[in-house]
Amino acid sequence: MRKITLFIQCLVDTVWPHVGEAMVRVLEGLGLELDCPTDQTCCGQPAFNSGFRHEARTAARRFIEIFENAGTIVSPSGSCVHMVRHHYPELFKGDPLWRSRAERIAARTYEFTEFLVDVRKVEDVGACYPGTVTYHDSCHLLRGIRVSEQPRRLLRKVAGLTLVEMKNSDYCCGFGGAFAVKYPDISAAMVNDKVDHVINSGADTVVGCDTGCLLNIAGAVSRRGLTIKAMHIAEVLAHRR
Amino acid sequence: MSGISTENYIEEAKRGISNPVLQRALAGLQDRFGRGTAEAYRRLPEGPDLRLKAHEIRETAIANLDVLLEILADKIRSNGGNVYFAETAQAAVDYCLAVARRNNVRRVVKGKSMVTEEISLNPALEAAGIEVVETDLGEYIVQLAAETPSHIIAPAVHKNRHEIADLFVRKLGIRRTTDPPELTQAARKALREKFLAADMGTSGVNMACAETGHITTVSNEGNIRMATTMPRVHVAFMGMERIVARLDEYEIILRLLCRGAAAQTMGTYASYIGGPRHVGESDGPDEFHLVIIDNGRSRILADPQFREMLYCIRCAACLNVCPVYAKIGGHAYGFAYSGPVGAVVTPLLTGINRAKDLFRGETLCGACMDACSMNIDLPRMLLALREKLAYGDPQWQVEPASRSEGLAYRGWSWFIRSRRAYELGLKLAAAGQRLLPRKNGMLRRLPPPLNGWTRSRDLHPLADETFIARWRRTRKS
Repeated sequence: MRKITLFIQCLVDTVWPHVGEAMVRVLEGLGLELDCPTDQTCCGQPAFNSGFRHEARTAARRFIEIFENAGTIVSPSGSCVHMVRHHYPELFKGDPLWRSRAERIAARTYEFTEFLVDVRKVEDVGACYPGTVTYHDSCHLLRGIRVSEQPRRLLRKVAGLTLVEMKNSDYCCGFGGAFAVKYPDISAAMVNDKVDHVINSGADTVVGCDTGCLLNIAGAVSRRGLTIKAMHIAEVLAHRR
Repeated sequence: MSGISTENYIEEAKRGISNPVLQRALAGLQDRFGRGTAEAYRRLPEGPDLRLKAHEIRETAIANLDVLLEILADKIRSNGGNVYFAETAQAAVDYCLAVARRNNVRRVVKGKSMVTEEISLNPALEAAGIEVVETDLGEYIVQLAAETPSHIIAPAVHKNRHEIADLFVRKLGIRRTTDPPELTQAARKALREKFLAADMGTSGVNMACAETGHITTVSNEGNIRMATTMPRVHVAFMGMERIVARLDEYEIILRLLCRGAAAQTMGTYASYIGGPRHVGESDGPDEFHLVIIDNGRSRILADPQFREMLYCIRCAACLNVCPVYAKIGGHAYGFAYSGPVGAVVTPLLTGINRAKDLFRGETLCGACMDACSMNIDLPRMLLALREKLAYGDPQWQVEPASRSEGLAYRGWSWFIRSRRAYELGLKLAAAGQRLLPRKNGMLRRLPPPLNGWTRSRDLHPLADETFIARWRRTRKS
């Protein structure tokens, strides 16, 4: 099999690199060979979501050029995959050449858990994590690329892990990129609800597949002085006894 | 509704968030209707994909809107009704006032309608010395309290029964009770007298059908049926988009409306109205008027990016799942339409710059589209509005919202073009963050413009070495 190419979300790259490293351990643990283009930066989603499409297009063209020769592309972010899979073709709606280039890349870009479960048909990666875990459905992962069962299936196969559902796991955590900074009161109200639901679930760890949400939840947990851990699923799946 | 106050979104949102009665009510509303509606779609005999079919029906209807409206108008006129096409809110209000004057109307009973909120009908009637009484229980409560509806279907969701009890003691002079059935009885008794004394009834239109020449009103209290059949005159107001071609399509839309609005298979009362009472008929008004309102809709129709907004039937299903609406409530949206539908349609109707916080103050979570009975891509239109605001748009008279934001993204687009520049920028930021206060390794306070984040949250700092830099260092030979 050809090498798997890593598409590293900018937040993972710059804030939580250990998430990327955990993903690498899981994928290599399955015997996969990895490649990581070291000139990648950002897929353009922040600009796109703020309405700055020219700038987003600049980022998208660059991304396409960098990843054009890659085979299967895997990212630890549902949000970034949603951007590449759905918004890139839309960004180049009026440009058939770039559009077809975007569509070709879109068709082979996968989110990490989607890749494991749907492409590799793997659910048990040999992980062990002692703890009670609740899963937060990130919006773009859930409603953008319709991934919700895959991470849960992976978590259920982790030794020592008890998966409990929280109330409204499918509700937005209030991150929304620039939204969290521009509308801090609304965002804070939303993330505090999310944290309350995590607490009420009895879990000691909240797991998600998108670092944006997790930074938001972890930030609120920290400010409230709670001991709940917010972890990316790759960290849990890379966890060994 | 008097006027537009979309500028106060942030302030009113804060007010909503700090109101515990509202918070409890909204959580209850979403638990009940948000989840219930999803279940109601699943239980459709045709399955939830009926929403996709409905989307197509609405798309076709909007594409043929001029023809369908003409057919409807002809049928209603030939059935003895009057039809008036109002280009503006003012024209619609003036028409209604003229009808009222001609008929010496002193008292009006009103069936719940959001489009009459949009055009501010009540204040205009009242200014002409006409008494207007809302007859939907929720709307009646809101009217007695001199407030505005905070939900399209559940207008008084922001008030609890204790507040309603106090209100009824004050306004209706009843003995204080917090028992919902007793409170409802008190309202019913007061309203019956209003129905019997009214000279004119007004209503909205849930949907019109060109083929049969009918409009439909749906309610669970029967109040709209009374308001439209008991008084001598009935004036119905409809947004010009509320029409489909054929009866079989109409039936699909109505079923989805009731599921979207209240997770019901069908509303308790669905009335089909095509004109005034005919000779020999026992019920109905002597005069029937249908006012078809444009008020900015033609402009939406003319823009392919936003035409889809006209497919909306105002079922309010999106309000019942929106996590932002769940925290801020309906009043923050500053116009008749709240929630995700308001976040898109209000800027289009009242001005994009003015209402910019409505569509920027949403997280693009996508829950609204999944809940939408017509499967409207609201997130796509939120993004399209943001693009208008980013660069300005002469067609919609939009000015770019912020020069500094534009410059920031311009700078960002240079910065991400080179990994070397990117790493350098990150190094500078990482050096800068060392100056910021920390606790347990988390940043406690960020400088403007990022300080919103740390007002109620900590932030994990930038890593000392990026994933990519480490990969390059350890893997590249």
